[in-house]
Amino acid sequence: MTRARKTLYDKIWDAHLVNEQDGEAILYIDLHLIHEVTTPQAFAGLRAAGRKVRRPDRTLAVADHNIPTEGQALGVDAVADEEARLQLKTLARNVKDNGIEFFPMGDIRNGIVHVVGPEQGRTQPGMTIVCGDSHTSTHGAFGALAHGIGTSEVEHVLATQTLRQEKARNMKVRVDGQLGPGVTAKDVALAVIGEIGTAGGTGYVIEFAGDVVRDLSMEGRMTLCNLTIEGGAKAGLVAPDDKTFAYIQGKPSAPKGAAWDIALSYWKSFVSDDDAHFDRTVVIDGSALVPMVTWGTSPEDVIPVTGNVPDPESFATPDKRAAAHRALDYMGLTAGQPISEARIDRVFIGSCTNSRIEDMRAAAAVVQEAFLHGRLVAPHVTAMVVPGSGLVKEQAEEEGLDAIFKAAGFDWREPGCSMCLAMNPDKLQPGERCASTSNRNFEGRQGRAGRTHLVSPAMAAAAAIAGHLVDVRTWLTEETV
Amino acid sequence: MQAFTRLDGRAAPLSLANIDTDQIIPKQFLKTVEREGLAKGLFYDFRFDGDGNQIAEFVLNRPEYKGSSVLIAGDNFGCGSSREHAPWALMDYGIMCVISTSFADIFNNNCFNNGLLPVVLRPEEIAVLMDEAKGGNHMVSIDLATQTVVSPSGKSFHFDIDPVRKDKMLKGLDFIGETLMHGADIDLYESKRALDRPWLEA
Ligand code: SF4
Repeated sequence: MTRARKTLYDKIWDAHLVNEQDGEAILYIDLHLIHEVTTPQAFAGLRAAGRKVRRPDRTLAVADHNIPTEGQALGVDAVADEEARLQLKTLARNVKDNGIEFFPMGDIRNGIVHVVGPEQGRTQPGMTIVCGDSHTSTHGAFGALAHGIGTSEVEHVLATQTLRQEKARNMKVRVDGQLGPGVTAKDVALAVIGEIGTAGGTGYVIEFAGDVVRDLSMEGRMTLCNLTIEGGAKAGLVAPDDKTFAYIQGKPSAPKGAAWDIALSYWKSFVSDDDAHFDRTVVIDGSALVPMVTWGTSPEDVIPVTGNVPDPESFATPDKRAAAHRALDYMGLTAGQPISEARIDRVFIGSCTNSRIEDMRAAAAVVQEAFLHGRLVAPHVTAMVVPGSGLVKEQAEEEGLDAIFKAAGFDWREPGCSMCLAMNPDKLQPGERCASTSNRNFEGRQGRAGRTHLVSPAMAAAAAIAGHLVDVRTWLTEETV
Repeated sequence: MQAFTRLDGRAAPLSLANIDTDQIIPKQFLKTVEREGLAKGLFYDFRFDGDGNQIAEFVLNRPEYKGSSVLIAGDNFGCGSSREHAPWALMDYGIMCVISTSFADIFNNNCFNNGLLPVVLRPEEIAVLMDEAKGGNHMVSIDLATQTVVSPSGKSFHFDIDPVRKDKMLKGLDFIGETLMHGADIDLYESKRALDRPWLEA
């Protein structure tokens, strides 16, 4: 008897099917992550309908989107922004009323929701994970089906621990070869979006495969999956392997003792079968990739750091030409100028894309090397580093990374989403240009009329010191001779 | 949820592609704990300049598009952040239907969960609608039962829609109440899961 070959996505889907009717499925949700911004209306809806949270034990709350990145120990009452304070207090009340575990602002375990889940061992292979935040795709790095949902769906999951879903199609993105020095997961992710476009993944779940993906650390895989949503895909996945298991082992919520062995054999089944059918396959030569940077206002507006700003007239359709003209105008760039000439005012190292310990280390390594060459943050640049969680911050401080950043003139902050979406006081001023390790360069994302260039942590660190965008592979030797 | 059956209304053309939810409703309006009152933030940076003055040329600020209930937009509408404030803001402003060549996934789901109808038409059909809506007559009709959009000049376009979603939209069904009718299936699933994956039980 031949059985239909299944992809990793198919397997997770099948394992969570509660019911299926007329092409619409009810999927069971293993982990529901919540935060202050996209939940107040969901809890209000529950209350109004007299409904309860079905599985508080499968729900975890953090405060991340609008918390300040200094003075967190002073508590919520000291948060200056009145509306943010109200949201934080509303979340605290809602989790208390419903018996949901919560890491409040100032708790060392608190941080950006997509950093906290994996760090606590809550994120595990073969799971379904949702959160009212689009970058939930991050958790796909563990071979979990993870995606963002809206507030009505948050309410649905709270009440039923399930979600109504239509099945997506399967896409495989294979990144072959080996990354060169100075080329990171962020560059791979940007290159993938540049290749497929921001709507290229719409209707698909992407599984990342190939030697480059296998060779990435768990942090790197999280960065890659984090950005899948910017390619429009429903979710990104990497099949779990020994690296995945080693990362989870010993984390607070990881299975222990005999349960670990049961879990391990269960997790190991979550890989695509040989010859499983993918509706679309994209192959990228990882060895040919170089550090990438965005020039426009969509994550697909990406070029190698060695490249020039494209001419809007070179785009194929009138829509794209108009969008490119608008983007150049907004970004204050000229067609044809080398992107490395773009002088920057601000640097942001942080966000759920790049705020884990490895990102901190990569940035700090560049800063330290520059420091040894007598270089500090350029006088006209304001640079900030925002670790992804209290635990990342603590680890970085134990390793002395904070001291390196501070000595070079970086501002070392407390954890949170910060200038990724600029809902708290950390924002760009109109016209300011920023090298940012976050995930969105949309108009106004980091502050009204602010200009964002998405880059890797190493590239952001180098830009802070050079004062303009630079190729992290060559900048020190070229600039100091 | 509000039911959607038929809509006759003024259509505003917004011919930009990749309009993201940060543009539909910027983050400073997300600090509310309510669903209502978000119209003030809709397309804020398109409608108002840095000093809070109306930008006269933006389509929704033009007198002839006052009270529009339909938006015709470029490709990949609603990409970016998952914020449901985007459909809430559109609906609070009075926009009950958006027509585009494609919608980002989460935004699309959020629309269906609130009774805002996302209609997908072909690029050449959007071009016709866009053109006509820029003329003197901006009235379009959308009929969900027959799955048609009628342009200002009377051209009729058919659109596809998932039958399950269509039915729920027509009836304005409460999704949670409906799922809870499958409570026994969820119970069954949970008891199997407790056996298969005991480490996930507290
Ligand atoms: S860091 Fe940015 S993208 Fe990530 S969860 Fe926070 S706001 Fe969303």
